Amino acid sequence: MVEHAMHVHGELWTVKELFVLPNEYVYWSIQIVMYPFMTGLVAGAFVLSSLYHVFGVKQLKEIARFSLVFSFALLPVAMMPLLLHLQQPLRGIHVMMTPHFTSAISAFGIVFMTYAFIVASELWFEYRRHFVVTSQSLAAKPDRSGIDNFRMLLFKTLTLGATDISPEAVEKDHKAVKRLAALGIPVACFLHGYAGFIFGSVKANALWMTPLMPVIFICSAVVSGIALCIFCYVVTMEIRKFMAKRKISRWAKDQNAPSLEELQSAEDQEIKIVSNYLLYFMIAAITLEILDLIFRGYTQVKSWDILREVIMERDFTKIFIMQYAIGNVLPFLLMVLPGRTVRRTTIATLLVMFGVFMMRWNVVIGGQAFSLSFSGFMHYHLPIVPRDWETFREGLGGALLVMATPFVLFWFLNKIFPAFLKEEEVH
Amino acid sequence: MKRRDFLKNTIVAIAGASVPLSALEFIDPQEVLAANPDIHWAFLINTHTCVGCGFCVKACKTENDIPFEANVSRTWVERYVFTKDDRRYIDSPKAALYGFTDSKVDLGEHLGFKDIEPENVGKAFFVPKLCNHCEAPACTQVCPVGATYKTDDGIVLIDRSWCIGCGYCVMACPFGARFFHPVHNVVDKCTFCYHRITKDLETACVNACPFGARKMCNIRDINDPITKIILNDRVGVLKDEFGTKPQAFYIGLATEVR
Repeated sequence: MVEHAMHVHGELWTVKELFVLPNEYVYWSIQIVMYPFMTGLVAGAFVLSSLYHVFGVKQLKEIARFSLVFSFALLPVAMMPLLLHLQQPLRGIHVMMTPHFTSAISAFGIVFMTYAFIVASELWFEYRRHFVVTSQSLAAKPDRSGIDNFRMLLFKTLTLGATDISPEAVEKDHKAVKRLAALGIPVACFLHGYAGFIFGSVKANALWMTPLMPVIFICSAVVSGIALCIFCYVVTMEIRKFMAKRKISRWAKDQNAPSLEELQSAEDQEIKIVSNYLLYFMIAAITLEILDLIFRGYTQVKSWDILREVIMERDFTKIFIMQYAIGNVLPFLLMVLPGRTVRRTTIATLLVMFGVFMMRWNVVIGGQAFSLSFSGFMHYHLPIVPRDWETFREGLGGALLVMATPFVLFWFLNKIFPAFLKEEEVH
Repeated sequence: MKRRDFLKNTIVAIAGASVPLSALEFIDPQEVLAANPDIHWAFLINTHTCVGCGFCVKACKTENDIPFEANVSRTWVERYVFTKDDRRYIDSPKAALYGFTDSKVDLGEHLGFKDIEPENVGKAFFVPKLCNHCEAPACTQVCPVGATYKTDDGIVLIDRSWCIGCGYCVMACPFGARFFHPVHNVVDKCTFCYHRITKDLETACVNACPFGARKMCNIRDINDPITKIILNDRVGVLKDEFGTKPQAFYIGLATEVR
């Protein structure tokens, strides 16, 4: 019989070693690594913005608004990896329409939509005054261009007819933002905690099954979200400082534009506070992860033999060097050693994000590195050069697409919700 | 009739009618059958008589349209070889589609094949595997859209028109019974040949086995000879620690088989 190559899903990037069951492949690949990573960033960014709104950490005023807008930009990206991963992406909507409630994934539709509405309405209350002011000033402009007309229409629509910007009305907005932020924290934690539950509840997988998984996921989510916000904040502040120095864009015409010194001191102040929060959450995340590891090693149940080989030998570099040493210990030292600067913190945040990404990788891919028979191993080879649609969406290309999208969305959203408004322009 | 009487009589009539009407609900035959079905399918595998010919795999792939060249299968046969120098080898090349024809053991893509001297073999046996159609299946629990479900007569099925292809059920199955169908791009697995057994036919693999290593029965029928074996003999199931209550029973199951 002549056999033609027919690849089954997962076969292209899986290499089997010793005895692996015939149907076993690395079915959950790079996009399922991206999924908890991106939802983690969403949840973390939101928690950071809530620190200011709910707990009144005044120093976080500027970064809080930025985080909120960025969290909104990240939202659609949280479900992108899922859609790219599905074998039947057009049926993805079934999860929302006919949820089967014994499945952890079915909660996605409800939790995700609830969270999206909370973030959207919080943004609306935060920027309502801005919408009203902008649309009114555009309406007052005598010679409007086509773009001006479009913007006027857009901002007028966004006010939803609520044009009252008296101090009382703005105060009400403020209260609404505070309430929504308070409501948003548990929902954001739930959004990510259940992503951890999706893995933690798979009893067939010896590495995933632990009740600690949702908590570990929440802590590392906040860590990665704060790190990303710090990084993006620093980058945008550097751009603004550069523009202030060269007197370009807004700084060329506006007398009230913040000076270079103002920007510098604001940046230092914000980073100092936020990086402390980053440290607290890092300690919590690492503690839980190490606890899980120690517990497995100490109890030594049936699966420990194969888990030990995966964790201590085969994936040693990925877990102990890349995740713990480069992603946790190094940034920790960078931030706690005396004489911390903005630059050092920024490098640390990049390493932290890398560490959290590696943690997701080691959980998702590491959990599929060994056979259900406990007698063999599977190696995952990330498709780099795509040769068809499948190797693109479940390869490097798909992952980069998911990573780039929030920045593109942020650029557009920033035109409507300017993340950096001066104090008197917002309430 | 006065209005008061009319209302009174109406209430009495409704109250009186509701009793027999609710009784109609009680004796809905479908519900009765669902609560106490007289069919519950079970599978019996005798590892002592399996010789690893792979006829069952071939028959299954043919019957259920799983391409021969695709490296997935609804059923497969594993070979266990224990050598006298205390080494253990397990393999199932191409799910044993073409049977085990020589003494070379498949060690995976990197390591190739290893020839084992017949004199060095301590014990060796074959273990056929398929979906266990668990009584408490983990796979149907985790399906986000309910595309995989359990029928009243104990079979776990997949709705090909509804599966979104997320792979959660594949991850949840402790037995590796599930895979993605290379043509339909949805999850696929053994159905105990539901299209055959519901028409009083044997499954393709039972039908193809020349040594009677595979048998099927209705475990609710205590007069069935296979049911008698399951109920009276010492049989085991795979991975009972997961609590899924597998319905495929094994005679001569070794502890090394996972």
